[in-house]
Amino acid sequence: MATIEVQSVVTGSVWKIEAAVGQRLEPGDVIMILESMKMEIPVIAEDGGTLRELRVAEGVPVTEGQVVAVVEE
Amino acid sequence: MAVFSKVVVANRGAVAARVLRALNALGVHSLAVYSDADRGAPWLGMASETAHIGGSPARESYLNQEAILEAARHAHADALHPGYGFLSENAGFAARVEECGLRFIGPSPRWIDAMGHKTRARVLAGEHGLPVGHGSGVLPAEPDAILRAAEAIGYPVLVKPAAGGGGIGMLPARTPEQLLAAVERAASMAERGFASREVYLERLVDRPRHVEIQLLGDRHGRVAHVFERDCSVQRRHQKILEEAAAPNLAREAIDPLLERVAATFGRLGYDNLGTVEMLLAPDGEFRFLEMNTRLQVEHGVTEEVTGIDLVAAQVRSAAGAPLTEVLPDAPRLRGHAIQARVYAEDPKRFLPSPGRLVEFEPPVARGIRVDTGYAAGREVTPHYDPLVAKVIAHGASRAEAIDRLVDALASFRISGIKHNIPALVAILDSGEFRAGDVHTGLAAEVVARAAPQPVT
Repeated sequence: MATIEVQSVVTGSVWKIEAAVGQRLEPGDVIMILESMKMEIPVIAEDGGTLRELRVAEGVPVTEGQVVAVVEE
Repeated sequence: MAVFSKVVVANRGAVAARVLRALNALGVHSLAVYSDADRGAPWLGMASETAHIGGSPARESYLNQEAILEAARHAHADALHPGYGFLSENAGFAARVEECGLRFIGPSPRWIDAMGHKTRARVLAGEHGLPVGHGSGVLPAEPDAILRAAEAIGYPVLVKPAAGGGGIGMLPARTPEQLLAAVERAASMAERGFASREVYLERLVDRPRHVEIQLLGDRHGRVAHVFERDCSVQRRHQKILEEAAAPNLAREAIDPLLERVAATFGRLGYDNLGTVEMLLAPDGEFRFLEMNTRLQVEHGVTEEVTGIDLVAAQVRSAAGAPLTEVLPDAPRLRGHAIQARVYAEDPKRFLPSPGRLVEFEPPVARGIRVDTGYAAGREVTPHYDPLVAKVIAHGASRAEAIDRLVDALASFRISGIKHNIPALVAILDSGEFRAGDVHTGLAAEVVARAAPQPVT
């Protein structure tokens, strides 16, 4: 059971959270959508797993490299 | 003749600086408005007066109609320049500006409204004899009807927001399965970006060129063209390199179209600056895409290649000057001009990269113009679009313009953010670009070639 810390690839803010803690994610599922400079950037569960933790809420600012969610494979 | 006594510049960054430069050249007083994030911004020093209008998010400031109109009333301004983006194509705002007794520097609100809705604009263009590509009207909700609409056009198709612009919410679909998902996603993006879920379909043309026609109309029923620009080099449907004139296109192949489009909009009474965007398919056919009823980001290449100050011309036309005064002589092409958009973004993945500009030294060289709203020490915030500078090269020939632009970009000192200069140089230096063999897929092809390892 590996836990993956999912990072934000951009500095911006959280627009919309799409998945709930405890939810089973297929590879490629969208966990949340970030917004920066008029762009939407989805945060994706690359390999799938179970969403264990959401470390941000909608509307909060995030920085590049910040851990925004934890997924257990 | 008197132009205006005081003009509100309802925008920020490079375009605010550009409009202020034109107003100063015309001897017109100005009011620059700014958000929290833009306190102390370099362009504010070019304005006669400044006014703070709200918080950093655009909806609190540059999209805040009340705050902008209040600042305008307080300053006794008699005109407003919207720049591009923000409220520049909001017909309701333009009408409110005029109701407040100010002239909106752009076309009449009815034109903004007519062209702002993409399927209605396509119908209007078609009715007046302009070539329009295969496409649908606004899609209905029923999946069966959506699938039938796509079948009638033929796959692949492109799903586009009807109220959209700027490449936002445009998604390709090559199969019926992809189509329904693309329509849902595009509608969601359209709702968020443009407050309308309406989307429509266009035939997806493979490797097209994007060629646009610069028009200038007056308030007396005359419209002239100021040649074309080729804006084929794009990433994520957004332009990164723009040039005038269009390369590898004989004047005989485009001049009749320029005349025809100008005559059509003259008959219809288009009354300010505007750009007709067309798709040029590999078979040589032009098709109407949409019309932008405002100043374009890439207006500078037309200015450099014709010597015409398009912003001053736009302001004078809005003030009522006839085209015979604004453009007394027919525009002529002198040499070639190319613009590169420098974005705060990762050059490989095209992701935004805001941050503080530790170093920011734009190039200074013969034939080089830089339009920017930034300076060293300023913050590129996540609130606004990622454009940090436009570098425009003018040369006697296209080859000279490319060489000058490559040299200028290579000497542009920027640190503190990631930027796309390496990608711009790679594209400009590619065999395809140098040969004028441009199309909308070129940027992605060159970037993929430069970085063959996919980012995982």
